[in-house]
Amino acid sequence: MFRLRPEGDPATIAVVVEGRTTLVPAGASAAAAVLLAGFRSIRETPVQGSERAPYCMMGVCFDCLAEIDGVPNRQSCMIEARPGMQIRRQIRARKVDPAA
Amino acid sequence: MTVELAIVGAGPAGMAAAVLAAELGLETGLIDEQASPGGQIYRGIERSQPNSPLGPDYHAGRPLAAALRESRVEYRPGTTLWHVDPEGALYLESGGRTEMLTARRILLATGAFERPVPIPGWKLPGIMGAGAAQILLKTGDLVPEGRVVLAGQGPLLYLFAAQLARAGAPPVALFETTPPENYLGAARLGGGLWSGRRMLLKGLRLMLAVKRARIPIRRAVRGLRALGGRNFERIAWEGGELAADHLFLHEGVIPNVQVSLALQLRHEWDEGQLCWRPALDPWGQTSLANIFIVGDGGGIAGAEAAALSGRLAALAAAAQLDHIGEAERDRRAVPIRAALDRELALRPFLDRLYRPAQSVLVPAEDEVIACRCEEVTVGRIRQAARLGAQGPNQLKSFTRCGMGPCQGRICGPIVSAVMAETLGKPIAEIGTYRPRAPFKPITVGALADLGADIADRHSEAQSPPATPDL
Repeated sequence: MFRLRPEGDPATIAVVVEGRTTLVPAGASAAAAVLLAGFRSIRETPVQGSERAPYCMMGVCFDCLAEIDGVPNRQSCMIEARPGMQIRRQIRARKVDPAA
Repeated sequence: MTVELAIVGAGPAGMAAAVLAAELGLETGLIDEQASPGGQIYRGIERSQPNSPLGPDYHAGRPLAAALRESRVEYRPGTTLWHVDPEGALYLESGGRTEMLTARRILLATGAFERPVPIPGWKLPGIMGAGAAQILLKTGDLVPEGRVVLAGQGPLLYLFAAQLARAGAPPVALFETTPPENYLGAARLGGGLWSGRRMLLKGLRLMLAVKRARIPIRRAVRGLRALGGRNFERIAWEGGELAADHLFLHEGVIPNVQVSLALQLRHEWDEGQLCWRPALDPWGQTSLANIFIVGDGGGIAGAEAAALSGRLAALAAAAQLDHIGEAERDRRAVPIRAALDRELALRPFLDRLYRPAQSVLVPAEDEVIACRCEEVTVGRIRQAARLGAQGPNQLKSFTRCGMGPCQGRICGPIVSAVMAETLGKPIAEIGTYRPRAPFKPITVGALADLGADIADRHSEAQSPPATPDL
């Protein structure tokens, strides 16, 4: 539900959102990459499992939590997209991996 | 590592303070969570193109960022402050590593964020702050697709409407929530209109730009509700309903006082701006002598005022640490204060004109979510208050409100206002949350990293080495 402004910087950074390769411009956040990949929501809350999208985009509300490069519960609005970055939506509370 | 002055936040206030402090000879460190300087108002400024739809006020941030890059400031992007102790130790995290930085003076320039707008349905995907959507435009040239509705009030709402129009994505409607009595109240103030004429003119030009873009404006809108299933689908108000894909809300900005509250600095309730703000002297000094607060984190005054307040605090810190004399400090402060007075002249008028309606501060509907993290409703806050919860901190143990990942940043203002209304007390008496470290989540691995750091410090200072005690 977001698109790139055609006159803007070209999308040259390839990230992977839920397995889909998505191109974003340099300087875009991981949260922006999720929105550009076509997802309306980025997480499901731990309490009721309700879907949420980034709300403040400035590191305050924590509604943009995502798993970035294997680390859950990251504030995706404050992290710049990097080539090859793996981004997954945060579904409910983080899982503790007993093998780790 | 030790510096003379540690500054937290690289927005206009932090950048201006850092550059001047370094010029005056202070060993200055500037910590910022983002990957590049600018804060929120100038976010992504170094990549901005002159023809961008963001306009000249945004580009005004370029020289500040350039001056920072040319300065001797030790600038640390991508660094999060997660704890600070009042004696002057800052605990930082960057790339999974933790570090302690000690500073003789600390300057907090943590800025502002958009006031939460708790209307029914505000948690639905498709809804975000107008400033949040603007950040998507600033940082990645993202524009919303489909039907966009802007709702709320304040200069940023008009600015963003004009920017969206220039970006080829004009909103289908702008719903202004300003109560009609605000116009009268603001007109009565009148006083700052002449000295603030430059800013007033800018505002009028913005409104004209919105009109020229033929964006339909509906004024004095009441009873906003966001409707939808999984996602936002429709906006309703007293008298109508409209299908839309995006809803961008804005009711002004409030100081980000998370760190200053955690430090237990003296704060006061600002009835004019309807927010908590730290008590500051004319140099930005807080109730703790070694800590300063500059920019919108000390009260909302805008980007240009933020840079000026940053410079005043830099002068004060330089004088306290004997880099300049008090006479030089005062002499250099004169033109800065004159410019600051001009910036502040229109503020009481704007605060009165765009004062949020009581129904925005305290939702009438019990089912509205107040705490987005723990999904606690306004009704449950009212109920807990009636059951005897005396204030926001006790409310936590009644409801878990404020105990999710945002640590009460978003629900704090709502909780204080709802409890004040329910208990029939002034907000100043109700108080607000007492936040605690870590200000941002850090991994146990990062914490353990700090343990090693502390152990090293102990082994230098004493023998045998002490066990790290966390």
